[in-house]
Amino acid sequence: MPEIRINFENVSVDFATELGPLRVVNDVSFAISENEFICIVGPSGCGKTTLMNIVAGFVQPTQGRVTLDGKPITGPGRDRGVIFQEYGVFPWLTVEQNIMFGLRLHSSQVPASQHREIGQRYLELMGLADFARAFPKTLSGGMRQRLAIARAYAAQPEFLLMDEPFGALDAQTRSKMQNLLLEVLEREGKTVLMITHSVDEAVYLASRVVVVTARPARIKEIIDVPFAYPRSEALHDTPAFGALKARVRDLVMAEYEVQQKLGSATS
Amino acid sequence: MTTAARLRHLGLVLMPWAVLVSMWHLLAVSGLVNTGLMPTPGEVSRKFWQLLTTDRLVVDILRSTQRVALGVSLGILVAVPIGFLIGWYKNVRTFLDPLINFFRALPPIALIPLVVVYFGIDEPAKVIILFYASFFAGVIVMYEGVAQISPIYIKVSKTLGANDAEIFARVIVPMTMPHILTALRVALGVAWATLVASELVAAQQGLGALIQSAGSFFQIDVIYVGIVCIGAVALSMDMALRALTRRLIRWQDRVEGH
Repeated sequence: MPEIRINFENVSVDFATELGPLRVVNDVSFAISENEFICIVGPSGCGKTTLMNIVAGFVQPTQGRVTLDGKPITGPGRDRGVIFQEYGVFPWLTVEQNIMFGLRLHSSQVPASQHREIGQRYLELMGLADFARAFPKTLSGGMRQRLAIARAYAAQPEFLLMDEPFGALDAQTRSKMQNLLLEVLEREGKTVLMITHSVDEAVYLASRVVVVTARPARIKEIIDVPFAYPRSEALHDTPAFGALKARVRDLVMAEYEVQQKLGSATS
Repeated sequence: MTTAARLRHLGLVLMPWAVLVSMWHLLAVSGLVNTGLMPTPGEVSRKFWQLLTTDRLVVDILRSTQRVALGVSLGILVAVPIGFLIGWYKNVRTFLDPLINFFRALPPIALIPLVVVYFGIDEPAKVIILFYASFFAGVIVMYEGVAQISPIYIKVSKTLGANDAEIFARVIVPMTMPHILTALRVALGVAWATLVASELVAAQQGLGALIQSAGSFFQIDVIYVGIVCIGAVALSMDMALRALTRRLIRWQDRVEGH
């Protein structure tokens, strides 16, 4: 039995709205073990992002708790690297300075003599070496996304939390980024929690897919993805992949219909 | 830029000035306006040289620049923290916003009698008027800018392990920098525009004082010299500030095009 790192224990979240409290997450319980890749899929506006924000430390549960190695999460921290939907690369820093941001903070355990070397490693890994001294304004969307990932990695977190990280990218860039992410994970090993609305992406990347319901988000089903890592594009063409994808899609689509009737006042 | 592009750029910059000066010259010699009422550019530049070499013009320029610099520095020094607080904290904005807009609407010239009553007619009175004008121009630019800063960068830096002091020094300061520089530029413009009014208060020296005394002696060419000097000094300060801005915030998108 692998070691449980993050544990959702009967978690519910209410948001205050003008019409009173709105329940966005309802009684969610599941555990994330070391080196798992969890994808949460569900209709947009259902509360997926809230689940990630609790782990990131930006949202506190109204009921229940989320623990990290047994201790409740009370705020953000460098052990959990977050890759935001809107990237959030610092425009006033060069690509290289962005990557080294986390290393240069007081909370960094890495000695200063290694900063440059680590920075260089992620520059190369993410194909940004030629742009080390460029400012983010000169980068394309895909490159900014790679920079955000490189920056999160360079801070050496144990967990990666990703909120629809490839949502804004075109199909080709998106699939390149997925493969790059798998490659990096293969080398560096991290526990990942990713939010996505793409069923294909979830089945391709995850070791387990968590399907959540329309708002308020409850767990509808947790599906084990049996394909071994390392995975490659060819997996897409196998019947087993197609069948699993169809199963997840049916689950998600049913919830999508429900969510449509609710509207998407919040995500 | 290549040499040819550089020359073309210079030509584009100088052209409107050349057109303006030629039109002025043509108008002055056309006879449409009484020649006694409108000196030609040539006459004005001769007067300028004469005042510069034999008379008070250097002192006037220095004194006015000094007043503007002092008024703007003090105004921005106060406007930066206050503008930041208003922009950053929404509830501070709710109660300070109407107050600021009330005072901003008052023309500094209307306050001169009160300033004289409370601060006398010496140097502080003039600087206070410039301070007033710069502060309200600066504070608005500052808080509008800060209010638009996206909180995502703060969130990101927290997840990378930054503490509060690091968030301030490494995230908030660089994000605020462009707005400080814009506030400074706007305040400088407003302060030069207010200068003549501030020198209505019994000033012996300064470009505003020069224009006013020339007005009472009907020295129209001197009035023109004063006006051109105000514009020229204000323009050079603005250009210097823009050069500084480009240097300090090379990372910003919009700086590139200028």
